[in-house]
Amino acid sequence: MIFKVFAKDELTRLFEVLSVNRVVGPVQKGLDRKNRPIYSFEVVDNFDDLRLDYPSTLYPAKRYFLPFEETLSSFTLESGSWEKHVDYNVYQPQVMFGMHACDINALNKLDKVLINSVHPTPYYASKRRNMFIIGIECMPQPHCFCRSMGADTVQHGFDMFLTDLGDRYFAEILSSTAYNYLLKIKTMEASETDHQEYRQVVREKSSKFTTHVDTTDLTKILDMEFQADVWKQWGDKCLSCGTCANVCPTCYCYGVQETVDMNLQAATKTKQLYSCNLIDFAEVAGGHNFRPEAHIRLKYRYYHKHRGFVEAFEESLCVGCGRCGESCLANINVPEVIASVRYEE
Amino acid sequence: MVEKIAFVDVLKDKAVDDLLHDLSRFEYTYKAEITNVYPLTQTERLYQIQIKDPDERNRFIFRPGQFVMLELPGIGESPFSISSSPLRRGDIELCIRGVGNLTNFLARLERGAEVGISGPFGTSFPVETMQGQNIMLIAGGLGLVPLRAPILHVLEHRSRYGEVDIIYGAKQPSELLFTYQYEMWRKFDISLNIIVDKADESWQGPVGLITETLKERIVVRNAETLASNTFAIVCGPPVMFKYVCKMLTEAGLPMQKMFVSLERRMHCGRGKCCRCNIGSTYTCLEGPVFDYWTVMNLKEAI
Repeated sequence: MIFKVFAKDELTRLFEVLSVNRVVGPVQKGLDRKNRPIYSFEVVDNFDDLRLDYPSTLYPAKRYFLPFEETLSSFTLESGSWEKHVDYNVYQPQVMFGMHACDINALNKLDKVLINSVHPTPYYASKRRNMFIIGIECMPQPHCFCRSMGADTVQHGFDMFLTDLGDRYFAEILSSTAYNYLLKIKTMEASETDHQEYRQVVREKSSKFTTHVDTTDLTKILDMEFQADVWKQWGDKCLSCGTCANVCPTCYCYGVQETVDMNLQAATKTKQLYSCNLIDFAEVAGGHNFRPEAHIRLKYRYYHKHRGFVEAFEESLCVGCGRCGESCLANINVPEVIASVRYEE
Repeated sequence: MVEKIAFVDVLKDKAVDDLLHDLSRFEYTYKAEITNVYPLTQTERLYQIQIKDPDERNRFIFRPGQFVMLELPGIGESPFSISSSPLRRGDIELCIRGVGNLTNFLARLERGAEVGISGPFGTSFPVETMQGQNIMLIAGGLGLVPLRAPILHVLEHRSRYGEVDIIYGAKQPSELLFTYQYEMWRKFDISLNIIVDKADESWQGPVGLITETLKERIVVRNAETLASNTFAIVCGPPVMFKYVCKMLTEAGLPMQKMFVSLERRMHCGRGKCCRCNIGSTYTCLEGPVFDYWTVMNLKEAI
């Protein structure tokens, strides 16, 4: 890996160079009911709108890769016959300016299911591969448990990763595209002092985690506690609203709907992200529901994230961003659920 | 300017030719025609559906137990087990009960209608491995539908299999599927045992639960052959699996020689939408055909 450092005002230059493309980055979008700022990944035209010191965003950057609603195909209908038209809905490359390690790790996990498997999905792949990603180092928030999930650092899946060293940025360069962009601004080779300061930042980050999840033997424990009463207790609280999936950077499940236009000459096939907590998630035609109860659906959410995905890919589908717990109206969060299944309360 | 990379570039070269790894296949639908509709019962119809392009039709190779996604543009897309012989390739038969949005719309279509087919998807019954052995096919209700492909395969390769039992249970005689073929199956030296829950005036066969007929057949085929020389295929409503699989296990049939075909909701058929997950196993990729050992390890399977 190649490391460089550059002065902070050079980042403005880099932004300008990159902004011939669509740039998406963290901005402050408003205030919540407790007057705390809400941050969100939005299209950014002006460097000054970027808030690279953002603690975390309410929603992940998922919608730029997996839109909540997307047209899969359209049909022209004509006297008993039809033609199908497929569009992968990618019209321009995008720049993601300032993603945290957890969110980049989330993309790497999505890659495993959506690209590096049988039947890779072109809708995701085309967007993912036309993305230039700049990561940025962060400090853990009270709800962050990415360290426990092994997602507090990221090894690949981005172009460049920045760490704030006070008056300058320390940059890891992963792609040749990133290297070439950096030629357009004033950079220096990273010195021993830079390395030292970088290590200092990493140490500080490590010391600040307050939330931990014990994942030791979790796949076995989840199997053992399959019938445990704790699931019913959490299920009684769960509103089956699907908010957790909505804010999850790795939730990718969906439903498909087809509609016919009013003039009966065209039809559209639309995909909408879904949630395994919604009541009809596993209901089949004829009315049989394989997961009729809230606690069963909640349990399977945890089984998919923390057991099944581990079985398939040797890593969890959770990055520990804590967004689901923050957004849950019933105060259900991953660290507490897992602790309760382990009887660690 | 970031260069826009063609979406095929994400694949390793050798994977491009592989249909399962070809991005452009994801939303590809074969144009197909309903060449005939044959009513099997009040609610079930057999649809003969032919992929229109002769080359595509010939390249459409599937194994018994696999399913296709049937798409009616503007109405929806759903998974259906293929009920025809693999020898027919892309001229498939689907047995469908009018029960939901798509299937009820389908019931109103006449022959000649153009539909979309994608697939085949999923795992299959290992009919090659089963060669030289006895086979028990156990179906409850609509469960006969995914079993018809392996039945036809066995009929077409009769010399390669030992004793073949079909044990089939239905609620009432009027719900029996494929009645017009029973005579042929029997003539091909297949023991067809049918039982119904509730008889009508015309019914002369046994009345009761499928487990009763199964019990008799287990005695006929004796414990020794069941343990050493028999494969079983089971398909039916969720409640049936438990009892039938338990009986077969107790009769000595090894669980890795017992196969089930499971039904789940599916929106993609391609391992993406998660709707068919059992635990976190995709029914569309690792199923719908599972051996009983796998099923026992999937908590909510049956």
